[in-house]
Amino acid sequence: MSEFRPMASPETGHTEIMTLDPSLKTRIETRHVTVMYGQKAGVKDVDMPIYANKVTALIGPSGCGKTTFLRALNRMHDLTPSARVTGEVLLDGINVYAAGVDPVEVRRKIGMVFQKPNPFPTLSIYGNVVAGLRLVGIRKKSLLDDAVERALSQAVLWNEVKDRLNAPSMSLSGGQQQRLCIARALAVEPEVLLMDEPTSALDPISTQSIEDLLTELKNHVTITIVTHNMQQAGRVSDFTGYFLNGDMVEFGPTNLLFTTPKDKRTEAYITGRFG
Amino acid sequence: MRNLQARYTRDRLILIVVIAGTILAALPLTLVLGYALVNGFSSLNWDFFTKGPKPPGELGGGMAPAIVGTLIITGVGLLMATPFGIAAGILLAEYPDNKLNPTLRLLSDTLNGMPAILKGLLAYVLVVKVQGSFSGFSGSLAMAFIMIPIIAKTTESVLKLVPWNIREAGLALGLPRWRVILSLVLPAARAGVVTGLLLATARAAGEAAPLIFTAFGNSLLTYNLSQPMDALPLRLYAYAISPYEDWHRQAWAAAVVLLGLVVLTSLLARWVTRGR
Amino acid sequence: MQQAPVQSSIIKQQPSAIYRVLGDRIFLSVVLLLALSIVALTLGLGYYLYLGGSQTINKEGFFGFLTGTTWDPALKLEFGIWPFVLGTLITSLAALVVSVPVALAAAIFTAEYAPRWLAGFINYLVDLMAAVPSVVYGIWGIFVLAPFLREIIYLPAFLWAAENAPGLSPFLGNPAGYGMFTGIVILSSMIIPFTAALSRDAIALVPAAQREGAYALGATRWEVMQTVILPYARGGVFAGAMLALGRALGETMAVAMVIGNGNILPYTLFGPASTMPAVIALEMKEAVEDLHYSAIIGVGFYLFLIAFIVNAAASYLLNKLKVGDQRA
Repeated sequence: MSEFRPMASPETGHTEIMTLDPSLKTRIETRHVTVMYGQKAGVKDVDMPIYANKVTALIGPSGCGKTTFLRALNRMHDLTPSARVTGEVLLDGINVYAAGVDPVEVRRKIGMVFQKPNPFPTLSIYGNVVAGLRLVGIRKKSLLDDAVERALSQAVLWNEVKDRLNAPSMSLSGGQQQRLCIARALAVEPEVLLMDEPTSALDPISTQSIEDLLTELKNHVTITIVTHNMQQAGRVSDFTGYFLNGDMVEFGPTNLLFTTPKDKRTEAYITGRFG
Repeated sequence: MRNLQARYTRDRLILIVVIAGTILAALPLTLVLGYALVNGFSSLNWDFFTKGPKPPGELGGGMAPAIVGTLIITGVGLLMATPFGIAAGILLAEYPDNKLNPTLRLLSDTLNGMPAILKGLLAYVLVVKVQGSFSGFSGSLAMAFIMIPIIAKTTESVLKLVPWNIREAGLALGLPRWRVILSLVLPAARAGVVTGLLLATARAAGEAAPLIFTAFGNSLLTYNLSQPMDALPLRLYAYAISPYEDWHRQAWAAAVVLLGLVVLTSLLARWVTRGR
Repeated sequence: MQQAPVQSSIIKQQPSAIYRVLGDRIFLSVVLLLALSIVALTLGLGYYLYLGGSQTINKEGFFGFLTGTTWDPALKLEFGIWPFVLGTLITSLAALVVSVPVALAAAIFTAEYAPRWLAGFINYLVDLMAAVPSVVYGIWGIFVLAPFLREIIYLPAFLWAAENAPGLSPFLGNPAGYGMFTGIVILSSMIIPFTAALSRDAIALVPAAQREGAYALGATRWEVMQTVILPYARGGVFAGAMLALGRALGETMAVAMVIGNGNILPYTLFGPASTMPAVIALEMKEAVEDLHYSAIIGVGFYLFLIAFIVNAAASYLLNKLKVGDQRA
């Protein structure tokens, strides 16, 4: 088994990559993460590191568990009564599933952007960006204004909307809405940003703008992105994990995984798609 | 194929029966609306809305105390019912895994179907009997009992129409659940929730039975909730069973007002939930 | 390597504890407490009605009160509620029998045959019908329906029986217009929307594949209806009928205004009768004796028992049928 999963144990996985780049710092580390839906396992025993200020892509055919795994990282499964998560997700060494850890706190540190743009329909552009701050009681106008400009600039939306911050969020185009959602997530200054196929509902030009944004963003935040588009994973990510049937088959630096996959299944997937 | 002709004939006969049944089903409402308009619309004059009832046998007068009374009784009832109904709706829609929910849903639906007159009896036992006098407040309480399960039901269903991803977006920002519900989900469903309140109010405002022995009726205008108070359906009933032509005329006018209220709120509800 | 400015000014302002930890607990507790009031209200309804009626119920006995046929609040102060129970059961069940086929026809027509605009209009009428106040049906019943039925049915039938079948006359009763038959007619019209709406929803839920399967076998429209759609939707139809029965049992004003309000058994077809809600509505504000009050509230308690069983069964069925469509 382990010969097909060279990164199965965290130690080997780490040492191997650490030797590639000793400056790497681990932000999240998962240990034996399993997600059960009733009797059915959506994700089985996944160990993987997510390195700070890098983009990590999760790829695999649809239904392979990559989104399920992503949502386990910031405890979004807490809301699904039928889903149960076991194992550990260590954020800066602390297990987010440990007793006494507040899921709300976890989600403030690990933000999320969803497949379809989901701005709050009743709030303005400004209101959306500050929602995460204002709704936990931060009221000071100058702080909020600064946060809006910073987050919208990071999401490369500032120049397009700075003159109409009070316009309804639904008046934006699809691509702009998604960047607004990214700005909204960035405004609370998370350490990690999870993105669940953030461009799958967008046109090619909007997709391009979001991809460009990612390379810029990783200076500020650690990014994990789920994508069904391998070219996208190749373009934007530093590390890639390949999921199949709930298992993480292979994990490694993106350029290595795409050129010299160690697992036959990874190879089949990659070449199949490229061929 | 054997008997194809016969099968088609039977198909057509059934269609005729179905259409006849549909017409029969729509007939009572059409007749009620028609007769109410014909008999009552002409009596809807300024006096009807501004004057009080005249003594039996005298011509003229109006239903001002009843209209004011209905507004006060149902308004106060709505104020009392709203927090309970909305809270129950929130629990049912936003906490689907709560252990209380199956029981709550069953009892809330059951309560909704319980005869309104029993809710009036409860208000009687709890207030009128204790205080020893009929009062507008006891009527309001009966109205609240009627409205609570309706508000719970409509709130639950409009909250469930709010896309689930709005909640996820809020939670992923690190907002606590209560904040997400109060500041994101409820505002998104605002129009629907308000419509539900209006529907409940309209339903309760047309009830006469629970008011007979709570609000009791009063031919004088009063704003005092501790006094017996008049209500439109109550006055309609009293006039309809009276022997005076002029009162019958006014009763029909009251029916038009009540029907107008019902039609308006149902049109509004249609408009708010359009396209869903 | 560039270091991330992870902690900046804003985020150091930790939200207060009430927002983070206590907020959810307080909120859920408040919501639970308010929602629990519905449970308390439903059960309290039964409890307080029993309490209010206990004086007479204890005097007449639990079953004696139910089965006694004399209701005399004036002279003997003897209270048996069987005439009202019987009146309620007969009128409600008869109204159900009349209204269900009609409601089902309307549901079938709107769901299967009618063009969209017409179906929308009829559905709107049906929903509206459920919202029309009882007293409005009542005034129509007094001034339009009852005189109409007297001229068209009661008098001709009465005169015909007097000449041709004198033995039938005692069963027909007084043809004045205000009596059991009129009550049944008005109740039937009022409860149509409850069955119609739920049947329509149930028919709409039949999967297209089921329909298409039957059509592909060469079935006519009615045969598809008969073999696939109605069997599939029968749970919804049944639940709708239960709901309609619950409404009929508690329907007060319209019935009280046309049923003639006589509590002398045996009832006749056209002659006056009474129901449990009607006697509560009519006698409650006129009662003087404690025992009479208690007897009326006792009627309410028995009505509660019957209505609770019917409505709880309807709710149970409905919630069971809806399983699976949550959080759509």
